[in-house]
Amino acid sequence: MSTDINWLKYSSPQAFYPLAGSLIPWFACMAVALMGVGLYIGFFIAPTDFQQGEAYRIIFVHVPAAWMSMFLYVVMAVWAGIGMGLNARLSFMMAQAIAPTGAMFTFLALLTGAMWGKPTWGAWWVWDARLTSELILLFQYAGVMLLRTSIDDVRRADRASAVFALVGVVNVPIIYFSVQWWNTLHQGASVSMAAGSKMVSTMLTAMLLMTLAFWLYSIAVILARVRCVMVERESLPLWDEKAAVIQETVGAR
Amino acid sequence: MKPRHKRFAFIGLGLLVLGVATVLILNAFQSNLVFFFTPTQVASGEVPQGRSFRIGGMVEDGSLVRENDGLTVRFIVTDTAKRVPVTYKGILPDLFKEGKGAVAQGKLNADGTFVASEVLAKHDENYMPPEAAEALAKAKASGAQQSKSLVVPQGRQGSL
Repeated sequence: MSTDINWLKYSSPQAFYPLAGSLIPWFACMAVALMGVGLYIGFFIAPTDFQQGEAYRIIFVHVPAAWMSMFLYVVMAVWAGIGMGLNARLSFMMAQAIAPTGAMFTFLALLTGAMWGKPTWGAWWVWDARLTSELILLFQYAGVMLLRTSIDDVRRADRASAVFALVGVVNVPIIYFSVQWWNTLHQGASVSMAAGSKMVSTMLTAMLLMTLAFWLYSIAVILARVRCVMVERESLPLWDEKAAVIQETVGAR
Repeated sequence: MKPRHKRFAFIGLGLLVLGVATVLILNAFQSNLVFFFTPTQVASGEVPQGRSFRIGGMVEDGSLVRENDGLTVRFIVTDTAKRVPVTYKGILPDLFKEGKGAVAQGKLNADGTFVASEVLAKHDENYMPPEAAEALAKAKASGAQQSKSLVVPQGRQGSL
């Protein structure tokens, strides 16, 4: 390695805490900027759809949210797996920090899906394979979080929720391929590695920008949350300079 | 093998076993996981008798007839191989059109007519402005490809 930076040092919470803190504003700003551009293109530049009229525009939130819900679950499971394998504290903390954001995106995907389903299909909700498996994903996120809070010992809570997260990862390919494996009311994938895109390029641009924005948002929020988790767990003197000042003043009294 | 290698191997093996088990379970429940039956399945008697189920397919061009009461509609659902006549009393979704996908819930009559209690429109995964759709329709008239997922999910087309 030609670099002088020792990346491994960031596997310790004490070193990662300030790094995360300095990264958050960058990711947050880029997320807001990209979301603005994505929504502008989506709502003002992208053309009206030939079948669905304006109703289709919810796709610019729905699809990125659904992608993130699945992607974040996989990332959470990977961190949980690394945590199990290496007994790494920071990995478990990352897994813990990801769950609420993943649950939020799952809920957002279900909500926007319902709002889209009523004007196009004629139903808020149907029990087809795609919708049902996505609902199960929401329950999985809830399960991971509940399991963690129900066990007082942090290390046991880490392991139990890691096993839960790893087992649940089988649902992700089921969600993704449900529209191919079974006949569903939900339409097939508009964008895929194999078949390319079935959308006009401005629509696709808006959707991909929104996806990137959701990514950056997730990173910013998860880094912020993992910092909270660290402070909460380690009950160490806070590593922030500001907090250190408070500590000193408190100590001086 | 170091202990951490063992742990990773254990996790990997666990996921593999879990994956295989899931595939087997999903295969066993294959018929319970479909949202609707195709007209071909109706014709070959694979559908549940005497209770409500869903059929899905394309609304045949020129088959939509509105009765005089203004509420009852008749149309034919097809998967290009078989056709099933459907009657429905109620309001159709906006996207319900001839030549587009639809899913209907209801029961099969003795005379082979499907009496629907609910009709849903199924739209496809193509998004484009109306001008592009027109251009595509022209191209289709000269024999170009179109999405088939309206009737049959991809990957199962061969089984029809």
